[in-house]
Amino acid sequence: MTFVEILLLVISVILLVIAFMAVTAEKLIHAVLYLSALSMLSVVAFVLLKAPDVAITEAVIGSGIITALFVFTLLSVERKKGKTE
Amino acid sequence: MKKLVGFVVSLALALVIILTLNESALFPAFGEVDLAERISSQYFNLAQFEAVGSANIVTAILAGYRGLDTLGEVTVLFISSIGVAFIMAEQTRKRIELDYKANFMLRTGSRLIVSLILVTSFYIILHGHLSPGGGFPGGTMIASAILLLYLADEEFRSNIRGFKILESLAGTFIVVTGLLGLIFASAFLENFLPSGTIGELVSGGIIPIIYILIGLKVGSEISGIIDHFLSEEETV
Repeated sequence: MTFVEILLLVISVILLVIAFMAVTAEKLIHAVLYLSALSMLSVVAFVLLKAPDVAITEAVIGSGIITALFVFTLLSVERKKGKTE
Repeated sequence: MKKLVGFVVSLALALVIILTLNESALFPAFGEVDLAERISSQYFNLAQFEAVGSANIVTAILAGYRGLDTLGEVTVLFISSIGVAFIMAEQTRKRIELDYKANFMLRTGSRLIVSLILVTSFYIILHGHLSPGGGFPGGTMIASAILLLYLADEEFRSNIRGFKILESLAGTFIVVTGLLGLIFASAFLENFLPSGTIGELVSGGIIPIIYILIGLKVGSEISGIIDHFLSEEETV
């Protein structure tokens, strides 16, 4: 087993763990942050699998824009809730 | 209990997936795929010559041979931005109020970082035919710079009308470039410029032009979506 293969195995296991944590998180904001970490780690996996184009796109969209949009949606939903109650 | 059931179910699914795909002819090990079976070898043979002239084979296929598909992709993003504008746009909108107050350091520092992000995004767009990246990631990076400005400065509003004009102009010019290919060459979106030396910045025929236009279009579209998300109805 080469170093890259071992690294890939470790990353895959961490990815699985983070995905499980994202699904079972109690607070929605934590789930969003776990998803962000998931895409950041999958960027490393994509680079190791020699797909740099996919890696750049995933880094920008997956962990940047998507996380921000989720966080803002959560913020405005909570503000709406606070107003009606 | 619920977590345990979920764990067992996902474990069983993983087992099924591994058992079906392992040693399967359709799913060879990493690095052992015969690319000639999956991608038309025509692309690889042609990309080396002056037909496309892009050093990055992904870009050569995405913006060169499959330019029409990329145009469709851009159209999908355009439709989604129209959808967001249709649902969320009102006449009088003000910015959403953030829970924290941005201090002087945050405001000034973010200006500096925004300029760095913008330079990186233009680098990625301009070198789309040479290195990984291209119009879509670069455009999204422009939008993330705008997002940072929104976060760091509560007074900031981007010029949405300017973004709309830029988006429409970029979309129009992509189609015009395609039509020029129809006039000067034989097909829609075909390369009609000299492709130059592979590896130089000014090479690859129309691919850099199309990628710059796609980058501007994607950036302005996503910036518009961000503005819609970060503004709300005026409550009188």
